[in-house]
Amino acid sequence: MKTPFARVRGLGTAHSGTEHFWMQRLTGVANLPLIIAFLVVIVSLAGSSQASVIARLSNPFIAMILLAALISVLLHMRIGMQVIIEDYVHTELRKIALLMINTFFTLAIGIAAAYAILKINFGL
Amino acid sequence: MAEPRINIDRPLSPHLGIYHFSITMAMSILHRITGSALYFGTLFLVWWLLAASSSAKQFDIASAFFASWVGQLVLFGYTWALLHHMLGGIRHFIWDTLHGLEPGEREFLAYATIVGSVALTLVVWTLGYMLKA
Repeated sequence: MKTPFARVRGLGTAHSGTEHFWMQRLTGVANLPLIIAFLVVIVSLAGSSQASVIARLSNPFIAMILLAALISVLLHMRIGMQVIIEDYVHTELRKIALLMINTFFTLAIGIAAAYAILKINFGL
Repeated sequence: MAEPRINIDRPLSPHLGIYHFSITMAMSILHRITGSALYFGTLFLVWWLLAASSSAKQFDIASAFFASWVGQLVLFGYTWALLHHMLGGIRHFIWDTLHGLEPGEREFLAYATIVGSVALTLVVWTLGYMLKA
């Protein structure tokens, strides 16, 4: 039994449900231009020296694009991997452990990449 | 957490093995595989960024790997996975608007995803080598 108010909010007894679906669409849309921009930057740097890589990534516009891409991609890939884990891992303890590792991995990638980008821009 | 699981031989619903191969099925599986590959492939990106931000020696080590044939194979595969997952995502967006779900349309979108991703990967790499030269 669903009250009209709950129906309006789109929520059932679980009180949630569509956040991941929506976040995956939102970040998917954001990923499109951001990844294309990322590809352009990376391909243009193929075989470049460290100096030219640093010069390119020190461009404020490029640095901000990379950070935006990082955030969008991390949110997207964390949900994607969570779905895979929930689909294939049915042992409760193992599932919880893997879901934790998924979050930790995503955060570690984000922190390391952001650290490197910021260091290139401010710390060298 | 409680695990109320009792082993009773219940009839199983049809599972993977019972379906014959279809191109839409293949693209669905590939979307998941490429997504996973991209997930773990971020380690290479982080390595490259950290190397570029640390020292000339570290950058040279990373550059040597990416320039090697193994590294080039990894990057080529990563490019394809990225573009395939991107086109697969666009396919999902089309489906989200309730278009492209009819028989024939589904198969067309599936073939467009694989052909498009391979073609775009070759374009990106050709451009890359032309720029580098």
